[in-house]
Amino acid sequence: MLTARFFRMIEGRGLVFLGIMALVALLVPLCNLYVPPGNPFHVSNGTVVLLGKYLCYAMFAVALDLVWGYCGILSLGHGAFFALGGYAMGMYLMRQIGTRGVYAHPVLPDFMVFLNYKDLPLTWWGFQHFPYAMLMVVLVPGLLAFVFGWLAFRSRVTGVYLSIMTQALTYALWLSFFRNDMGFGGNNGLTDFKDILGFNVQAQGTRAGLFIITCMALALTFIIARMIVASTYGKVLVAIRDGESRTRFLGYRVEHHKLLVWVVSAMMAGVAGALYVPQVGIINPSEFHPANSIEAVVWVALGGRGTLVGAALGAVVVNWLKTVFTTGWLAPYWLFALGGLFVLVTLAMPKGLIGVWEDVRARLANRKAIADAKASGAGSSDVRSPGPQVPR
Amino acid sequence: MSAVTQSILYLDGVSVAFDGFKALRSLSLTLQPGEMRAIIGPNGAGKTTMMDVITGKTKADEGDVLFDKGTIDLSRYDEAAIAELGIGRKFQKPTVFESHTVADNVLLALKGDRSPFSALFGARNRITGEIIDRYLAIVRLLDHRTRLAGALSHGQKQWLEIAMLLAQDPKLLLIDEPVAGMTDAETDVTAELLKDIARDHSVVVVEHDMGFVRALGCRVTCLHEGSVLAEGSIDAVAGNERVIEVYLGR
Repeated sequence: MLTARFFRMIEGRGLVFLGIMALVALLVPLCNLYVPPGNPFHVSNGTVVLLGKYLCYAMFAVALDLVWGYCGILSLGHGAFFALGGYAMGMYLMRQIGTRGVYAHPVLPDFMVFLNYKDLPLTWWGFQHFPYAMLMVVLVPGLLAFVFGWLAFRSRVTGVYLSIMTQALTYALWLSFFRNDMGFGGNNGLTDFKDILGFNVQAQGTRAGLFIITCMALALTFIIARMIVASTYGKVLVAIRDGESRTRFLGYRVEHHKLLVWVVSAMMAGVAGALYVPQVGIINPSEFHPANSIEAVVWVALGGRGTLVGAALGAVVVNWLKTVFTTGWLAPYWLFALGGLFVLVTLAMPKGLIGVWEDVRARLANRKAIADAKASGAGSSDVRSPGPQVPR
Repeated sequence: MSAVTQSILYLDGVSVAFDGFKALRSLSLTLQPGEMRAIIGPNGAGKTTMMDVITGKTKADEGDVLFDKGTIDLSRYDEAAIAELGIGRKFQKPTVFESHTVADNVLLALKGDRSPFSALFGARNRITGEIIDRYLAIVRLLDHRTRLAGALSHGQKQWLEIAMLLAQDPKLLLIDEPVAGMTDAETDVTAELLKDIARDHSVVVVEHDMGFVRALGCRVTCLHEGSVLAEGSIDAVAGNERVIEVYLGR
């Protein structure tokens, strides 16, 4: 009964997605750890890291699709929440280094010793504890989203104006995280991580473990997002997307509904950022760069806005293309390719990759139905919708 | 004072100006509980602005806007709060949620807790199809319940919006041009529908279509340049010198 309800909520497309995630979570680490290098089925360490990175982006894209695809809030600064989650994780990893740093200070990270810090800044307190750091991974992006969203939605800032404000938000953070006196490592950010929960972050086993956790986190994010959009709350969100003032006249406090999904989405982005950092081994202010947030919007648009699965798919496809394009002789053309992709999606496939797939399926089903009708010789059955009836 | 304490809606001396243009000039209007009232008037007479003032979209510069026997000052509330107080509105252009099904449109409109948590985990997820169908049956859209609202005809969208309005279970319904763009047959059905609704609701209908207003058989108020020009039965108003003058633009 409960499983049946779960399946209905996830939908066919989502089940395929979860199945693929389970397969990937199983096969990639297996082929990395137990298939010897040289075997065609071997997955290299570099590939595991790369795939892990894609999946973090996919998670981020699902979070973005939740607010943009379902509630119409086009955030051009969602990267800020991703980066803040990443910094929270980075701070934990920094504090784990301890005396193994270049300056071997038991408490202060290297960059603080270098900048003549005497004491640990208040913002860094408690980050040596993993549970506290994990709490901050969701709490800091969530709190920022809450304050920003509360002010913006209450003042009824919508559309382009809101997008510009989100852009300004991440831009402001980008500039401030560059500053050394912010106390987050300035330009260099946080890096040289040693271990996470006692496991060496560079070790093959840890990487495989992080990869599996990322798969699970992506699956969980997807399930939560599906739960949200499949509930009546999801219907309210779509109503707000399609007719904000109409929804308000029905008696809904639009700002409360927007705020909830906005904060949830920011927290998801924070978790994605936190999983990203130990895998790529660095977090620096460039993650706040407005271009990152805009790129994420392109992923969602390319995959199919308002489909969740499409967002994840788009993130993986675009980043895979980016990897292909930014290595070798194609490198100078990546930005042209990205721009071209966006134009192509807007003009040729407004519903993204998922939309194209659905169109093909619908066309095939239609063709089959026509063929069946012809074969049975029933001819065209003219089904009309009953028109308005005059009462009494 | 007794006019106030007996009224469901009481507007007194309401003025609204947009950049110097006076949309409403000292408009006064009283509606009794259970009454149906048709509002007519040429373009720019202030009909829609009046609706905006009542539903909180626009704030009055001057005057009183009181609801429910004068106990509630509507100028102190916003759109969502006013809807919760029991004033429902149907817009001039049919505004249904096109990417939702017909049934979901009603589901969203149904009276009840409208907090995010109610929609996520609470009561709004336990609303049954039967309750929704009750409203769809009233507007004769039962056969269309699983269709997307965007796929409905213009007239059907108007009806769906009326069903949504009823589902809110408001004390007062404000209905802006319900038969605009409808066929004659649809217009007749709508008139019957509104008369049914008016049996247990207070209704304000704004409409241009004189035949339709006549079919409603209720008191008529004619607005002109933001204030009341004439009020009374349809025959009295239609026969009024000044009303004819305004409409024919002499």
